[in-house]
Amino acid sequence: MGAARAARQRGRVMTDASLTDSAPPKFWLTHRIIMAVVAALIVALCAFTLRWDWLPKYLPLIGEGIWRTLWLLAVTTFFGFFLAIPLGLAQAAGPWYLAAPARAFCTIIRGTPLLLQLWLLYYGLGSLFPQFPAIRQSELWPYLRQAWPYAVFALTISFAGYEGEVMRGAFKGVPGGQLEAARAMGMPRLTILRRIWLPLAIQRALPTLGGETVLQLKATPLVATITVVDIYAVASRVRQDTFIVYEPLLLLAVVYMVITGLIVLAFRWFENRVPSRVA
Amino acid sequence: MKFLITTVSALVLGTAALAEPVKVGIASEPYPPFAAPDAAGNWVGWEVDMIAAVCAAAELECVVTPVAWDGMIPSLTSGQIDAIMASMSITADRMQTIDFSDKYYNTPTVVVAAKGSGITATDEGLAGKIIGVQVSTVHQDYAQTHFKSAEIKLYQTQDEANQDLVAGRIDATQADSIALDDFLKSDTGACCENVGAVADDKDILGLGVGVGLRKGDDDLKAKFNAGIAKIIADGTYDKVTAPYFASSIYGG
Amino acid sequence: MLETLVDAFPTLALLAYEPPGWGANLLRGLVNSIQIALGAYAVGLIIGTAGAFGKLNGGPVTRDLLAIYTTVVRAVPELVLILILYFAVTDLVNQGMVAMGYARVQISGVAAGIAVLGVVQGAYSTEVIRGAILAVPAGQLEAARAMGMPPLKTAWRITLPLMLSNAIPGLANLWLIATKDTALLAIVGFAELTLQTRQAASSTKAFLTFFLAAGVLYLLITLVSGVIFGRIEKWARRGQRGSGAGS
Repeated sequence: MGAARAARQRGRVMTDASLTDSAPPKFWLTHRIIMAVVAALIVALCAFTLRWDWLPKYLPLIGEGIWRTLWLLAVTTFFGFFLAIPLGLAQAAGPWYLAAPARAFCTIIRGTPLLLQLWLLYYGLGSLFPQFPAIRQSELWPYLRQAWPYAVFALTISFAGYEGEVMRGAFKGVPGGQLEAARAMGMPRLTILRRIWLPLAIQRALPTLGGETVLQLKATPLVATITVVDIYAVASRVRQDTFIVYEPLLLLAVVYMVITGLIVLAFRWFENRVPSRVA
Repeated sequence: MKFLITTVSALVLGTAALAEPVKVGIASEPYPPFAAPDAAGNWVGWEVDMIAAVCAAAELECVVTPVAWDGMIPSLTSGQIDAIMASMSITADRMQTIDFSDKYYNTPTVVVAAKGSGITATDEGLAGKIIGVQVSTVHQDYAQTHFKSAEIKLYQTQDEANQDLVAGRIDATQADSIALDDFLKSDTGACCENVGAVADDKDILGLGVGVGLRKGDDDLKAKFNAGIAKIIADGTYDKVTAPYFASSIYGG
Repeated sequence: MLETLVDAFPTLALLAYEPPGWGANLLRGLVNSIQIALGAYAVGLIIGTAGAFGKLNGGPVTRDLLAIYTTVVRAVPELVLILILYFAVTDLVNQGMVAMGYARVQISGVAAGIAVLGVVQGAYSTEVIRGAILAVPAGQLEAARAMGMPPLKTAWRITLPLMLSNAIPGLANLWLIATKDTALLAIVGFAELTLQTRQAASSTKAFLTFFLAAGVLYLLITLVSGVIFGRIEKWARRGQRGSGAGS
């Protein structure tokens, strides 16, 4: 139980932020106006005293980098979530021979750094594959020799590991009465799962999904270490080409904050659209 | 006040501010035969020995400090290290940010590719191929300028580029001839061969490898220059080089 | 048994403690990782406790500044924060020292790592501890006030023990995040476990062996910590209804 709560806690940490951010009755208090002026001054200072002359030259690359980051985020959360459903179900209700491997998988993914997993896959497996001529000559090789499939795979199983733990709690948290009622109505087991259990579980997991997605976004820059050119890699490239230390990093921070803001807004909008019937 | 700050910095930062040994940065990734960690955790190689020799000749107390290659120059300018001896070539681009001592070695640049690939070290020879280079090196600059028909893939370390060449993820790599010779001699390097030196371009490939220093650290620069001149004159340079290379790599 | 295993997988011999094995290097990295994780966790707890009290009891400016701190830290990838703080903090310290007429100082990798990860941890602990304090039933505090308990004594005798049991699951999770985040210091070239593993793997080309071995070490930290935090939680929940069930 402790682990499931911890998993939820991980999500809750993020959602709490949205609570504090939500507008109090009067937003423009005197001290906020002063703070906004100070912030504007800092921004102006950054804009005029720091070096931004490299921006125009790298703009196309930056655009591509942001696009790749978003693409990675979308693809890996989507597939990761679909993997998480069976992982959570197996742990919550599966027989031991399904529950045990699912549990082991989640523990291993959550217990080791993503950077290590990524390097294990890219350098470990990647150095193993070419030793087999069958793989090298197969049609898969053009993909296996690139870096992005490893990045997608590592990020997907990572998200599945964390979200699987959340889904386990969600499946367990569905009120027993709902399932009993369905059973009493003579619903077949698969129908109960499809019509009652799964929708209720997803509804319970939804509030943490936004937080998990933000955490996933924050994990994406690690793929730059295996030569995938995301926005982080573009910023590193700028740093290394121009020897400018802080400006590309500041730009990076702003880009990630904007994306995080958009994710939080999107999930808030989505949650409002899903009527919460679970009282 | 002065006492307080020194004490506080000694407590917080672990080391006192005065009589500081010179921290010489090397890349924290293996770059044999210049610098690589051994199984006991010590850094060994030609450049590590050279640091010891130069520092001894310049009467400096030096500490070898591994730093990530891509953070090398920021580490120097932000004061985490005082000098760079990490096979960093002297180039005009870098000179805008940091200063260099006189060179202490200079070797040609070559391209290595899989055996029988038919790749040559020219733009035509590499057309449509993927060439891997270490980021933020003269080789990246050179490949981007001269190998426009090739796809260029950037690596944090040369070691990763070598590894991906073995794994077949790239078709060729360009780097310093000595570093690549060492790789070709290793077990994993059996896949590949040297396909020749690239045409020289002094503006990009620079004037050899020197000690990177903060701008304005002229005392330290003078000491390093004196140290380098001294070991070349008294034969220490050749003595250090002999176990690693058949001939001197000081270059012309 | 062990020998047959080594015969089957010759690269396992590379894990031996004595050179030519790289085991000692990995263990050194592990010690570094744990050291930094402990330091960062402690710094994070201090920042977190102060931050939580600031958010709950501070003036409007304190609260807004803390909100900015926690929001920014949790929205920007740790990797980016580490790079910014690692270079910026050391640069600022040195510029300050030079401006005041002192020689540059070297900030040790361990100190910088602890500082950087501590700031990141602090943002998360602030939220965890704040949530735990909020979950303390208001009636308990009112009762203490009605009995005429001074505020500090209330904090020490009532709020702290009661919030501890709420905070521990979150704090346990933060500890695991701290241990895993130390791996990110590999990017700035600090010789913690992941970078030591990487160096050993690149030098010997036995990538799978070393990465798997490091994975086992990290997993051990996680599992052992899980047991320890389980004990602590049980202790913190002593005397509560349904203690031990952990619900």
